[in-house]
Amino acid sequence: MTTKEILKIENLKTYFNTWAGIVKAVDGINLDVKEGETLGLVGESGSGKSVTALSILGIVPRPGKIIDGRILFKGENLLEKTESELQKVRGKEIGYIFQDPATSLNPVLSVANQLTEVIIRHQNVTKREALEKAIELFKLVEIPDPELKIWNFPHQLSGGMKQRMAVARALSCQPSLLLADEPTTNLDVTIQAQILQLMKTLKEKLSMAMILITHDMGVVAEVADRITVIYAGRVCETADTRTIFYKPRHPYTVALLTAVPSLALRKEELAVIPGAIPNLIDPPSGCRFHPRCKYAKAACAKEIPPLKEIEPGHFVACIRASELDIKSPLGV
Amino acid sequence: MSDRHFLEVENLVKHFPIYSRGVLFKKQVGIIHAVDGVSFSIDKGTTFGLVGESGCGKTSTARSILYLDPPTSGRIFMDGEEISEIFISKNKNKILKLRRKMQYVFQNPYASLDPRMTVADIVMEPFMIHKHIPKNEWHDKLYELLELVGLEDYHAERYPHEFSGGQRQRICIARALAVEPQLLIADEPVASLDVSVRAQILNLLRDLQRKLDMTYLYISHDLSTVRHICHRVAVMYLGNFVEIADTDDLFDSPLHPYTQALIAAIPVPDPEVAKKGRSALPGEVPSPINPPKGCRFEPRCIYAKEYRCIEKNPQLIDVGNGHLVACERSR
Repeated sequence: MTTKEILKIENLKTYFNTWAGIVKAVDGINLDVKEGETLGLVGESGSGKSVTALSILGIVPRPGKIIDGRILFKGENLLEKTESELQKVRGKEIGYIFQDPATSLNPVLSVANQLTEVIIRHQNVTKREALEKAIELFKLVEIPDPELKIWNFPHQLSGGMKQRMAVARALSCQPSLLLADEPTTNLDVTIQAQILQLMKTLKEKLSMAMILITHDMGVVAEVADRITVIYAGRVCETADTRTIFYKPRHPYTVALLTAVPSLALRKEELAVIPGAIPNLIDPPSGCRFHPRCKYAKAACAKEIPPLKEIEPGHFVACIRASELDIKSPLGV
Repeated sequence: MSDRHFLEVENLVKHFPIYSRGVLFKKQVGIIHAVDGVSFSIDKGTTFGLVGESGCGKTSTARSILYLDPPTSGRIFMDGEEISEIFISKNKNKILKLRRKMQYVFQNPYASLDPRMTVADIVMEPFMIHKHIPKNEWHDKLYELLELVGLEDYHAERYPHEFSGGQRQRICIARALAVEPQLLIADEPVASLDVSVRAQILNLLRDLQRKLDMTYLYISHDLSTVRHICHRVAVMYLGNFVEIADTDDLFDSPLHPYTQALIAAIPVPDPEVAKKGRSALPGEVPSPINPPKGCRFEPRCIYAKEYRCIEKNPQLIDVGNGHLVACERSR
């Protein structure tokens, strides 16, 4: 590949040491993001999407701990940095949009206060200049009457406006990487379309890379250049968006695509992935998807499938990937 | 009133008063027009979908029908009986009898189950209230219900926190089915669940309807699940219905500009289609405290200027095949 990798995660393991046992939330994840690219990180709840993002920023909540792996951001290992060094990266180099705008904003501080806080922290500016910058940002994320709205408190803004404000805050220092953790999950479809469009245009304008975390296949289809599918703390499949949708090789990717109710394909019965996500304290041996996989055979329960490159840029972690002939529900 | 309509709602209105702060000088300062005159009917054994953005009055409509929040005005008939009269009469026996006929499955299975009760307690509580089956049959009925919703016998002694979201929703459904209701109101039953589990619950609801001949009122903001489960769909915007039609009719030929915008806004899980981008509807839902005078959708509507939409709120008109639409353009 000619383009440079801005972020590379190697064999990341983040465990939570709880009274019930060790929760292996992230168990050896490998992924990489190239400059100016949008990577979609897809998986169900509890698959380790958010923990991966929090690990990148080094803000895994207790009792979580990163126990192994490397996170290379612009060639430097973030895990070797001290807290004060990390603080210079967070917010400035890597922006973060949290899942729920209602809880990620401070209810007792005005929007202006929360936005200028980030700007003053990372840039050498006065309060007044910071405020001007904040108003500029509000214009960028298309909030009407920015001069007035900036003095509002979060409860005075609607969900869509709050999410726009969160986008503005994440972009305030022009980061080179944006982590967006389910940025549209709590929003109505019409507002969701607005926010996604906004993020797409801003990404191009500021030429940054983005990791979009979501469980919505429709959203990644629209925004992502490449997709990494993760299940129970491990990567199942990584490939460019078209390959994931039209030529997936991992049974879990196919199952995810089939389970989505689609307007175009009205089926009598929705295809179901039997069972539920495994308990991560005592995950299934071997391939973690094997208890729910209809193609599983005895060997799947024994060995952990390695992430293999079966085509250039197409990685699959399934020992039967080459022999199985699975069809995408979208047809080819 | 034809016999096949199981539930009939006429001109339902639900307003919430807003009061100023204070105790002594508390006075009404405004009204939230949550539901502003909706009428519809549901045939027996079918599913009626209620779609709209958050805050448009879907849940208020459902809660008014069950008298969880008594409606401000309007008439509701169930099985030919006017239920508002029964509730106003305050006849406890009659109300209890009526409640047995209609049940509610709430949106969030994490909040709607008592964490200190076991599954058996939760599912058997309705038996205790309604006393419709003798006590010695309670346990048989409990296991029958658990089997019906796809849970195992040994789950009965467990507490809600031991279950996943999908399983919790199954418990909620079992609890609702305990009184053998004829009408089930499902308020976004899959909104908080994962995609792979969502399909399980939707299939379960559909199977149960076939088996027990139940009538559903299905509330959702997710149009793709609505297409899968509903026979007839109403689109709601700011307390009004803007369009009612049979499901296929609505999705194949939506007439109201709002319905068209909603359908266009659904993300398509297909990169070929999705990369072209969606047409985003500009603006947000106006406040229901001071709704627009004319057509409520007029401020966001792209066609509004061509027609006189600002003065009059259009009524639902039948344009054929039971397809009702409230828009000046379809006149």
